[in-house]
Amino acid sequence: MKNQPQKTVHSYLRHNKKFPHVWCAGCSNGIVLGALIRAVDELGLGRDDVAMVSGIGCSSRMPVYVDFNTLHTIHGRAIPFATGVKLHKPHLNVIVVTGDGDCTAIGGNHFIHACRRNLDLTIVVVNNNIYGMTGGQFSPTTPTGDIATTSPHGNIDPVFDICDLAIGAGATFVARSTAFHSLESEEFIKRGLEHKGMSVIEIVSACPVIYGRLNKKGGAPEMMKQMRDNSIPVKALDKLPPEKTKGKLVRGILKHVEKDEYTLRYQRLVDSLKQEESK
Amino acid sequence: MPKKTTKKTTKKTEELDSIVLMQGNEAVARGAVDAGVNFFAGYPITPSTEIAEILSRELPLRGAAFIQMEDEIASICAIIGASLAGAKAMTATSGPGFSLMQEAIGYAKITETPCVVVNVMRAGPSTGLPTSPSQGDIMQSRWGSHGDAPAIVLYPDSVKESYELAIRAVNLSEKYRTCVVLLLDEVLGHMREAVRLPDLRKHRVINRIKPTVPPEWYKHYDENQKYLSPVASFGEGYRFHVTGLAHDATGFPTGRPAEVADMMARLKKKITSNIRDLVQIESFHMEDAKIAIFAAGITARSAKSAVMMARAEGLKVGLLRPLTIWPFPDDAVRKMLKNVETVIVAELNQGQFLREIARLIKDKDDSDIVPVRRVDGELITPAQILRIIKEVN
Ligand SMILES: Cc1ncc(C[n+]2csc(CCOP(=O)(O)OP(=O)(O)O)c2C)c(N)n1
Ligand code: SF4
Repeated sequence: MKNQPQKTVHSYLRHNKKFPHVWCAGCSNGIVLGALIRAVDELGLGRDDVAMVSGIGCSSRMPVYVDFNTLHTIHGRAIPFATGVKLHKPHLNVIVVTGDGDCTAIGGNHFIHACRRNLDLTIVVVNNNIYGMTGGQFSPTTPTGDIATTSPHGNIDPVFDICDLAIGAGATFVARSTAFHSLESEEFIKRGLEHKGMSVIEIVSACPVIYGRLNKKGGAPEMMKQMRDNSIPVKALDKLPPEKTKGKLVRGILKHVEKDEYTLRYQRLVDSLKQEESK
Repeated sequence: MPKKTTKKTTKKTEELDSIVLMQGNEAVARGAVDAGVNFFAGYPITPSTEIAEILSRELPLRGAAFIQMEDEIASICAIIGASLAGAKAMTATSGPGFSLMQEAIGYAKITETPCVVVNVMRAGPSTGLPTSPSQGDIMQSRWGSHGDAPAIVLYPDSVKESYELAIRAVNLSEKYRTCVVLLLDEVLGHMREAVRLPDLRKHRVINRIKPTVPPEWYKHYDENQKYLSPVASFGEGYRFHVTGLAHDATGFPTGRPAEVADMMARLKKKITSNIRDLVQIESFHMEDAKIAIFAAGITARSAKSAVMMARAEGLKVGLLRPLTIWPFPDDAVRKMLKNVETVIVAELNQGQFLREIARLIKDKDDSDIVPVRRVDGELITPAQILRIIKEVN
């Protein structure tokens, strides 16, 4: 435990909270949390100024471990809770941690509307392609044909592309990485935190214990290798021949535009009303 | 259905002492503002929409937040989030939206987060009769959320009282750190009455107490099970944890039976040991009454008229009207009904208050508790109650 990044992460953990954590061995959630903490640290954000909000799910258990203002809410609703926090205290850096089910199934409506508003939230979607916490039912991102406990004969549902969904709904910063690419994940979370507006960072992750086992993906190391081998950076997309990019997960910053952010628009409204009144 | 938009007002302060013609919904919005509500999130639904419309105009004028969310679930979640960040937060809805909010109301209760939900009741079930009155949510307001936690629910019978109880709802939510529900009748929400608004200075506005201990000592929940305990907000140096999981006094999740029991006891005791502070009940001509009517909200208005009509004919009739319906005023009701022979329970539902009265009165026969019900979207009239009075007399 001598190297610096580990020490950094350690210093952000709550030591009054009884570890061990709830996650299975080999789960990617810890890697994502590490990336998130390093991103906050590198930006030098004060701990008092960070609020971390989550829904329900394995991934949504992250907040309890970190020394920020932390809010573990109900299934699918992290984003509206975060909306309330941010709108009342716009100076806070509000990070939402959510799973693929939490964010795009039960919370799908909140997700698209938050994107549309362009409220300054940083949403980290940990996409493990399954409902982990409840034991492996299929989610909106479980690949068609895959096995889940509620699709024992193979999933017949088409999937959501979380980044496409965010882009289509109006998020102004959208990026995707994987738990294998933890430094890249860290970089994207950092960029998302810096971005003034709705940032969505999808981090494809491994649930070896349930999704991996049900779909014979091997253990955690094998799933890590699959993330490495089955993904390509968006920058390489145009340079490679189609046969090399087909079926690959595209990583990178997929959208980044500057647009009026919600709390700024609201403040502008308040200011203009004040001016009108003083006239 | 097109609605008349209320005229634009630019002045923040209006002469509160003068007599004004006002709708119940407007009175609630005014009460909210005067109680210090500075965050409102909502989703339009008849017959509560005017509350959102008025606050969308008034809150930005005060630098406070109004947001129209994508649904009622989002609305209640947003107000809880805002409250944790230090806001006095409110939402307003009607039956269908109130049902959607139930899970999060439980979250506000277990996390002891102050907030106010106004439910302007309409006739159900389901879409029912959107513009008709009903008292169908008496039990939903008590038992609607899963799990088992007490509720504070207030219920006015006039426009003026809507204003007062809106203030009281906000105050009680801050004081007891919980979600307080304000029930309103559709008719009252939309009815205009001439009211002389009470002097604001007479209204105490209760604010949360901020902690003074160093952050390392801070506990988000009060182990001593007092109610007015200091509470921190996000972003003020106390980096506490909030979860809907069972938690200990620090806020961290726990599965230890003793700690879970403590938490559950605290949620219950802060209500049950402060009944005197919470309960308000009006008794009208009860001193010598042989027949008592139990009614709340708009039905109590009819009942009051019926009492006067009956008294004019020399009948000894009185009225009991709870302003706080939950916690139910058990002791007061028991005491006041002790000497009456018959209790008429009048309500716009199939018998929700009736169960409570029957639970409390063990010394009377079933035939001594007489229901007057109406569930067709119309009000119970004074004449209807008077008829029953004469029948039982
Ligand atoms: C209203 C409600 N419905 C269902 C559940 C049960 N539930 C808990 S977590 C979960 C799915 C979590 O999946 P995901 O969001 O993908 O997170 P993961 O556990 O995979 O990290 C479900 C269905 C719940 N807690 N609340
Ligand atoms: S079930 Fe899957 S997602 Fe949940 S902790 Fe275990 S490995 Fe991680």
